Amino acid sequence: MVGHENSADGKRLVLEDAQLTLDNGSVLDTLTLAYRTYGTLNDDKSNAILICHALTGDHHPSGANPLTGRAGWWDNMVGPGKPVDTDRYFVICQNVIGGCAGSTGPSSQRADGTPYGLDFPVITIGDMVRAQNVLLDRLKIPDLFCVIGGSMGGMQVLQWAAAHGERVFSAIPIATAARHSSQNIAFHEVGRQAILADPDWHGGNYAAENTAPRKGLAVARMAAHITYLSEAALQRKFGRNLQDRDRLSYGFEADFQIESYLRHQGISFVDRFDANSYLYITRAMDYFDLAADFGGTLADAFANTKARFCVVSFTSDWLFPTSESISLVRALNAAGANVSFVEIESDKGHDAFLLDEPEMEQTIIGFLNAAAVARGLPLPEVSGAHND
Amino acid sequence: MIDPRASANGNLNEKRIDLMLIASLVERGTRVLDIGCGNGELMELLVAERDVDARGLELSQQGVNACVSRGLAVVQGNADTDLSYYPDQGFDTVILSQTLQATRRPKEVLQEMSRIGSKLIVSIPNFGHWRIRLALALRGRMPETQALSATWYETANIHLCSMLDLTDLCDELSLRVETCLTVTNGKVHHSTGRPSAWQNLMAELVVFELTR
Repeated sequence: MVGHENSADGKRLVLEDAQLTLDNGSVLDTLTLAYRTYGTLNDDKSNAILICHALTGDHHPSGANPLTGRAGWWDNMVGPGKPVDTDRYFVICQNVIGGCAGSTGPSSQRADGTPYGLDFPVITIGDMVRAQNVLLDRLKIPDLFCVIGGSMGGMQVLQWAAAHGERVFSAIPIATAARHSSQNIAFHEVGRQAILADPDWHGGNYAAENTAPRKGLAVARMAAHITYLSEAALQRKFGRNLQDRDRLSYGFEADFQIESYLRHQGISFVDRFDANSYLYITRAMDYFDLAADFGGTLADAFANTKARFCVVSFTSDWLFPTSESISLVRALNAAGANVSFVEIESDKGHDAFLLDEPEMEQTIIGFLNAAAVARGLPLPEVSGAHND
Repeated sequence: MIDPRASANGNLNEKRIDLMLIASLVERGTRVLDIGCGNGELMELLVAERDVDARGLELSQQGVNACVSRGLAVVQGNADTDLSYYPDQGFDTVILSQTLQATRRPKEVLQEMSRIGSKLIVSIPNFGHWRIRLALALRGRMPETQALSATWYETANIHLCSMLDLTDLCDELSLRVETCLTVTNGKVHHSTGRPSAWQNLMAELVVFELTR
């Protein structure tokens, strides 16, 4: 039961001697890492791209999730002939530790057969990236052509560059920040309190009670989902439109379309996500403060970095606003790093990074091609079937 | 930014000459910062012809996006406020092509440039050119030339100066004029040291190579 296995929804690396020392001081010996790869590793092992997923993501950015049949969360960005081109690159995506899509997390079973629950150690973004390093070691990939991710995935990208810079040739942090802001922590705290207040949470031991804090988790998702959208996008999509009715109910049903939409988001979320994982992963994001890890100066996190960076933000993203990206870019400049920075005009809010944004795609294609030239990787053949 | 309309009235050629002259002053294989890099035309030229490690700073979002999708290392930012975030002497050459006159604080921009790099290349439209003097003297109107084509109320050029004005400012900042390339009727003239009053009268465009 040790080593690489194929499972119904990708691959598993199962280790019983992982000795993964976490930021909180504890050690994970038994470690399962769920991952998926696309494309082919070249002979030089120089074309590997790691995709880091966000808070509620998984290791299926491209193609269908074999378990659910749903399209991958970044299917427009990753795949054959797409900006992250799996015909040219060997693409790896791993479910973060603490998650609930196959990697070791609070819902994983311990040796005695019981789930960790709240006995699972509090993990950090640094720990997630350490686990990704373990996977890379076991796959015998010396370094990454590119690390790319949005939101919490972008935090992992920055952590890679700062803590494992020698393994990073290029980095694309999207819609992210080098620290979680007070406002962001505040929203996460609301979500966690909703879970903790649900009587079905049972102090984290809901599995033993054959239940789950569905209402609490749904409310957490509803609150969070608002932060992923922009006021303009909500207004455009829903306005004050009523849901399945002509007049107000003078009650507390879902009168408005936006209420119905949020309830649906909450309810469908609980079917695919574990409440304890939500607690642990939001905590990991809250703890993220790269400057603090390097004596308070963010530029020091990137001292002597040789990686080239492409920082991307969106105009209507108020969860990870452009000002956070500008702070990051200034620190990278101060460190003398090779950095590009693009702010994309979009009214879709934080979620824009997951959506069809042609300007973001052009940016990433251009950046990756330039990086490929610098790395000595072949450029794509110019095809006649180019659509303008 | 290259304005596609500009090619009709000859601005593109003038812009092109400016870029070629700047490139001629950049040494091969050096680290270069291009402030106000537009759509990256100069950076691309420098990478191709001079094999430099080029970085750019550009105010307009369209300009930055165009640069990055061409594979250039460019960040969105403002010459007036963002140069302070660059490290001391991080570059061999710092370029300001036809941008100085559009900055809010040209003196501080030049100071920052000399802190960031050991060599400065600055090009400006010369407001001392006889045609500009004549336009104001005879017609009593703000001049509009090929290099300065916008009306007074639309122009981004809020700090226009003559090449002698800029030379005076360089003196004040202890910047030495090494080379002075001037353009008159599409012809390039090369000189070293302080430019003369005659040059100031005849040059439409000037490219200065400055050192500390």
